[in-house]
Amino acid sequence: MSVESIHIPASREQRPADAPVWQVRVGTRLSRVAAVAGIALIVALAALPAIASRNLIQDLIFVFTMLTLAQLWNVLAGWSGLVSVGQQAFVGLGAYALFAGIVMAGLDPVAAIPLAGLFAALVAAVLGPLLFRLEGPYFAIGSWVAAEALRLICAQFKSLGGGTGMSISPGELSQMVGLKAVQALLGLRPAAARDVLVYWLALLLAVLVTLGIYAFMRSHHGLALAASRDNAAAARSVGVRTARTRHVLWIVVAFATGMVGAVVYLQKARISPDAAFSVTDWTAYVIFIVVIGGVRTIEGPMVGVLLLWGLVTYLAQYGSLYLVVLGTLAILIMLFMPNGVWGAAARRWQLQLFPTQRWLGRSEPGPMPF
Amino acid sequence: MSGFDTIIEGVLLGGVYALFALGLSLIFGIMRLVNLAHGDLILLAAYLVLSATTALGLPLAVASLLVVITMFVLGFVLQRLVLERVLGDDILPPLLVTFGLSIVIQNGLLLGYGADSRRLQAGAFESSSVALAPGLSVGLAPLIALVTAVAAVALLQLIFYRTSLGRAFRATADNPAIAQLMGVNERNVYAIAVGLSLAVSVIAAVVLGIRASFDPSIGPARLLYAFEAVIIGGLGSLWGTLAGGIVLGLAQAIGGRINPEWQILAGHLAFLVVLMVRPRGLFPARRA
Repeated sequence: MSVESIHIPASREQRPADAPVWQVRVGTRLSRVAAVAGIALIVALAALPAIASRNLIQDLIFVFTMLTLAQLWNVLAGWSGLVSVGQQAFVGLGAYALFAGIVMAGLDPVAAIPLAGLFAALVAAVLGPLLFRLEGPYFAIGSWVAAEALRLICAQFKSLGGGTGMSISPGELSQMVGLKAVQALLGLRPAAARDVLVYWLALLLAVLVTLGIYAFMRSHHGLALAASRDNAAAARSVGVRTARTRHVLWIVVAFATGMVGAVVYLQKARISPDAAFSVTDWTAYVIFIVVIGGVRTIEGPMVGVLLLWGLVTYLAQYGSLYLVVLGTLAILIMLFMPNGVWGAAARRWQLQLFPTQRWLGRSEPGPMPF
Repeated sequence: MSGFDTIIEGVLLGGVYALFALGLSLIFGIMRLVNLAHGDLILLAAYLVLSATTALGLPLAVASLLVVITMFVLGFVLQRLVLERVLGDDILPPLLVTFGLSIVIQNGLLLGYGADSRRLQAGAFESSSVALAPGLSVGLAPLIALVTAVAAVALLQLIFYRTSLGRAFRATADNPAIAQLMGVNERNVYAIAVGLSLAVSVIAAVVLGIRASFDPSIGPARLLYAFEAVIIGGLGSLWGTLAGGIVLGLAQAIGGRINPEWQILAGHLAFLVVLMVRPRGLFPARRA
């Protein structure tokens, strides 16, 4: 922020009558170009299944779901200071709720996704008041304990496969809402059509969550959170109260995380407690994405997820070594480039595609700046 | 006698958990750092002791001492080279760096030692037992683990309240800036604290390795047990941590007695219950 460079008149009394009006701006010229480009990109991605291979579609499902999880973790840990290492709890709960809905209640899979999100939100609402008693860093491990407890509880449900897990047969998924239409539209077999349907759901979630977080961070609630994070005492002294906002945010993030879990496991069609509640898959990767891309930016997770995708494609075959490399890279970035790749680039070239920072500017004559 | 057995088992298990927790509690108390790699560092220590006994053929006691020194130096260097750069008002960087460290150590151990379960060999000692009363005997190894935990707490308590190093620890914990004005070298105090934390963890590692088999994947669970012991006991009190470890051990032993699958879950639930009814822990320190 280049606040230092802005000259502010010393006092109101000295200001001449035709003095410029100061106003807070958020948008930039680049961000308006980015908005148009973003819409074009979303349209192109939505149309992609018409020409793309099934492998690419599956890779992009990974990219979209990880991006959504990363955005959600970023708003929780980066902006509101709730550093959770237990978000796998809500991925797992969403996944298990989806399977329970399909297997036990005979629900349509697509209809079960929002219900899975609601279930995760409900559990978050119950856990929140407990975990919020742990301050700062202790909240991190507390959320991890909660996730482990939920994993062990899910492993107790014998009708959902117990500790070893279960699969949904393709037959049970063949009547899914929209599947026949996708098959007819693109001329695909049921399994490939299911991937396309999941792809669209994942894209929709990624877009909605990103825009939702963007709108939230530009709202006064987002400003209050950022202020409270930066200096809790100063924020309180000017009347900023964030406890309620943080609590609601925690629940809403769990809701969206649960839906992501449901979407991911709708595509996998096989679940086990260890995989659905995996701290590596659903939290370590997500943290890696945010750290590498740049914490506290909307663009950072987008850059981060593309980097992770590249690393997964070329290094995942090396197993443990790959995770050693990821971990080391994350530590080095944290030490020497704490704002991540995007943060460093944004600072150097003054880039703001999704600006959430507020700038004090002089209003220019002519058209309004935004 | 079954109920009584369970209680003894739980108390003895609690000694191990208290040992896990001491190192974590130590650096949180002094520098407000939560080390997410704590469990994996315990595992690293266990594997180093294993290597020293098998590859170098050293007796367990000598190997342990060697690893205590190694881990102290490692902790000192870790603080000076890595953690020091990220400590500050923002809680995110230290958490993320130690989380990254946890992933690196865990997978590094997998690369170096494979996924097989290992065990430390302590000779006849590990299977022998002592009779406490007619018809009641406990394993020597678990008993020594508990005695070690009590001794470790007493020793740390002594260091904290009876030595100049302990005074520097407490002063820095209370107010780093003023401690520095009084001539305390804050950087060294922090580095010694991390070193001491890892040195204590070696004791935990040896006890862990003698009592049960271990593999590289169990580090994070050790961190969670350690954390639960600290929170149940109450922040800022070493004796409280010991008590917290015993409460956790009891909860796991009782849960495991009802249904073996519930052992770990019972511990987690006990933690959540304590958080609900006594959010500051069972024995919180009087001073903040």
